[in-house]
Amino acid sequence: MFSLFRKGKKPAEPASASPSAAPPAAAASATPSNPTTTTPGGRMVKINLTVNGKPASADIDARTLLVQFLRENLRLTGTHVGCDTSQCGACVVHLDGRAVKSCTTLAASCDGAKVVTIEGLAQGGKLHPMQEAFREHHGLQCGFCTPGMIMAAVDIVARRGGRVSEDVVRADLEGNICRCTGYHNIVAAVLAGAAAMSAAGTAKPQAAE
Amino acid sequence: MTATGIGAPVKRKEDQRFITGKGQYTDDINRPGQAYAVFVRSPHAHATLKNIDLSAALKSPGCLGAFTGADLAADKVGTLICGWMIHSKDGSPMKAGVHPALAQGKVRYVGDHVAVVIGETLNAAKDAAEKVSVDYDALPAVTELASAQNADQPQIHAEAANNTVYQWHLGDKAAVAAAFAGAKYVTKIDLINNRLIPNAIEPRAAIGEWDAGNDSLTLYTTSQNPHVTRLVLAAFIGLAPEHKLRVIAPDVGGGFGSKIFIYAEETVCLWAARKVGRPVKWTGDRSEAFLADAHGRDHVTHAELAVDANGKILALRASTKANLGGYLSTFASSVPTYLYAPLLSGQYDIPAIYCEVDGVYTNTAPVDAYRGAGRPEATFVVERLVEVAARQIGMDPAEFRRQNFIKSFPHQTPVIMAYDAGDYEACLNKALELADYKGLGARKAESAKKGLKRGLGFSAYIEACGIAPSQAVGSLGAGVGLWESAEVRVNPTGSVEVLTGSHSHGQGHETTFAQLVSQRLGIPIEQVTIVHGDTDKVQFGMGTYGSRSGAVGMSAIFRAIDKVIVKAKKVAGFVLEVPEETVDFNDGIFSSKATNKTLTFPEVALQAYIAHKFTGAQLEPGLKEGAFFDPTNFTFPSGVHICELEIDPATGATRIERWTAVDDFGTLVNPMIVEGQVHGGIVQGVGQALLEGAVYNKDGQLVTASFMDYTMPRASDVPSFKVAMTSTPCPSNPLGIKGCGEAGAIAAPAAVINAITDALGHEGVAMPATPQAVWRAANRSTQKLAAE
Repeated sequence: MFSLFRKGKKPAEPASASPSAAPPAAAASATPSNPTTTTPGGRMVKINLTVNGKPASADIDARTLLVQFLRENLRLTGTHVGCDTSQCGACVVHLDGRAVKSCTTLAASCDGAKVVTIEGLAQGGKLHPMQEAFREHHGLQCGFCTPGMIMAAVDIVARRGGRVSEDVVRADLEGNICRCTGYHNIVAAVLAGAAAMSAAGTAKPQAAE
Repeated sequence: MTATGIGAPVKRKEDQRFITGKGQYTDDINRPGQAYAVFVRSPHAHATLKNIDLSAALKSPGCLGAFTGADLAADKVGTLICGWMIHSKDGSPMKAGVHPALAQGKVRYVGDHVAVVIGETLNAAKDAAEKVSVDYDALPAVTELASAQNADQPQIHAEAANNTVYQWHLGDKAAVAAAFAGAKYVTKIDLINNRLIPNAIEPRAAIGEWDAGNDSLTLYTTSQNPHVTRLVLAAFIGLAPEHKLRVIAPDVGGGFGSKIFIYAEETVCLWAARKVGRPVKWTGDRSEAFLADAHGRDHVTHAELAVDANGKILALRASTKANLGGYLSTFASSVPTYLYAPLLSGQYDIPAIYCEVDGVYTNTAPVDAYRGAGRPEATFVVERLVEVAARQIGMDPAEFRRQNFIKSFPHQTPVIMAYDAGDYEACLNKALELADYKGLGARKAESAKKGLKRGLGFSAYIEACGIAPSQAVGSLGAGVGLWESAEVRVNPTGSVEVLTGSHSHGQGHETTFAQLVSQRLGIPIEQVTIVHGDTDKVQFGMGTYGSRSGAVGMSAIFRAIDKVIVKAKKVAGFVLEVPEETVDFNDGIFSSKATNKTLTFPEVALQAYIAHKFTGAQLEPGLKEGAFFDPTNFTFPSGVHICELEIDPATGATRIERWTAVDDFGTLVNPMIVEGQVHGGIVQGVGQALLEGAVYNKDGQLVTASFMDYTMPRASDVPSFKVAMTSTPCPSNPLGIKGCGEAGAIAAPAAVINAITDALGHEGVAMPATPQAVWRAANRSTQKLAAE
């Protein structure tokens, strides 16, 4: 249940921050029109990473959090910020195959990493079984915690090889807060999503390479 | 019932965007040239502002401007308002202090808005805000509600002597006193209704934008009622005329009341956009939400119940102090008065009721409506009193309730409300059966074998919802009418756009409202789009709160559809070449006994627009109708919730084992969504009962100011729930809907505390019943013995 607090890797040393092997994606390498993540006088670092299967690189203020990089630089606004203490889980993404809270992950520490966000979960226009399960079981109301819930749920099921029960799901969702649903339907959705993932053979730890 | 009509558990249309990360919340929006606002907030609960030095901030790299309350005053920006006038017992109007968007002269709670800094980037704005130098002269703070009115306490507002905003009352004091004098049993309790922080998971946000070419303003904001926001910003705060101000509330991530109000931040962003000539964005962080979003509840109450020798309730009286915080928020004054005392009859036939309420200023964040707003507080008073009375008399608490239930309708209570429909025994009977009440004794024995204490608690709640009719609320002091509007636009191809003044922030209106249209017009639900949350699209509306969108908002759509059908029948008459009065419309087909030809709804829609079959003298082309719906009464959802829990007296850990909810919401539009609303409400109520509580220390510092310190319910804190329904349709709206959004939060706290006190065998535990509090209560007798 503590996986959400583990970092995918140690922060990269500044000197090694620009291997730049992958060609940068056009959308990601452009300086955004509203560079909230750059500050006059702030120390800049260059990062290259893969987000939802596409290469992304940028020069960013060293203080930039992964969630800021995703939301502001890449305009991937499905990942949300609901708190400032790493508690609510609205910002959960997958970093090298593990769920992390992108609000407490420095973007600079993700150099060379593979990131999957809620926008990258559906494959080939087909929803991930966990996304389907949340809709089918009314596992969301306002939708704000939902991306983090779904990313955490996929991680829980994968991490546990599909062996989940109501008690396990409730315990493992410790790092995700929902104020709308009372969790009843989220738990039902995660259990249904777990069954669907098991049936599809995807209820196993994700490749971290 | 059709597959997508009223009563069908239709999967939500809006979910596709939310589960794929394509929702568009305010912070997801970025405007060209956007700058960023950061607020400098008071670290003191109560202080005089001696000087604010902006010079260093203005020199900070990327700083575009820095402003204080003096700048707002110089531009004649109005102050924030409280829109509900309450009169005290002596007839005098409430004593409201001034509420500037940026403090002037004094700050009155930690988090109060002292200055705003605008930066090129968020970090630039933060860096500059750090350089604002404020010279405070700290004053003693008033933080304890019970003593806030004492003569020795500091004065928070000059206008309100003894920090008292009003001393209000309702009911017949003399009749109640007479009833108590003749009572066999008198039950007395003292209650604290703990202060809560709403914590919608989306923090509040705002983007103000000025169009210099048209001299118009646009505000993107996290609002439950964008038209009310526009009205207040235009008519009272005076930032722009109403027709030059557009308010957009896009996807909103939960509200629970906290996004009804018109706050300082959106006011300042909109004003500053014109000042700096750039769009100005502010996104609150969670710490700001804790400090400065309006909080909820916070009552101290003494209540008494008079009962005769046969167990019949004779009278109820309550005396409440309500904490209103450092300023009056938008609807703060109404919550502990007209949304509270009129519900003190509960589900019971109580001949005499009297309630007095003091509204009190303290140096804490403003307190306003939070899910249930007044009605959870009333239910907690009534259901704790009834439970304790039953125990004192020695009656089964279910049977004591049953004996005192109102059994015929309509029923006029002694405190304003005329209940129109209900069957309280039906709810109770179903709940007793689903909860296996008969088996409780055996389960208690099983728990006892394990060294655990098992308890069961009831809560038979009632609410007044819809928060209408307009004339009624106007007579009680509301500054606005509380009807709702709708416009139904039929396109030439037969698809339909519904513009509604309701606002969805989790309630699923895009689905439920479309179900109504699908059923009544006989068209697929995919052919219906619900438009809301933009004052440039929807003409006017009162928004979503008080469980009103079904009962009032959908009723407006219902009435607009009535008009569409009337017009469509005229069109069909011309096309079918039959008299209009012979045209019938059923299941999407227009027919007439005068012909064997029929027309579908899309065919008639097309004919309405091409207008080839009638002249302009005969009929106006097009198919678009609107309606304003103002109901004739409040709605009265009710139900019985039963909480069964187990306490470990060694640790104080409380585990909810079973939850049974049987609710009467009248007509259910989408039972899947209704059950989801019940689940969410229950957990907010369980949160209040077991986990949540805002705590200020004596200096006025909020010590529960993060998710690390304020215990939000998490998945492992609650069980799954058994939710069932009964139905007595509401007679005051065409759909029979009563509303379901607040029920769980209203019912749950009393059910939990009644269960805990049942388990412990005494009444000595208050909310939040944390493990520590329960452990102390469970070991109370042991501690006493040890002390002796």
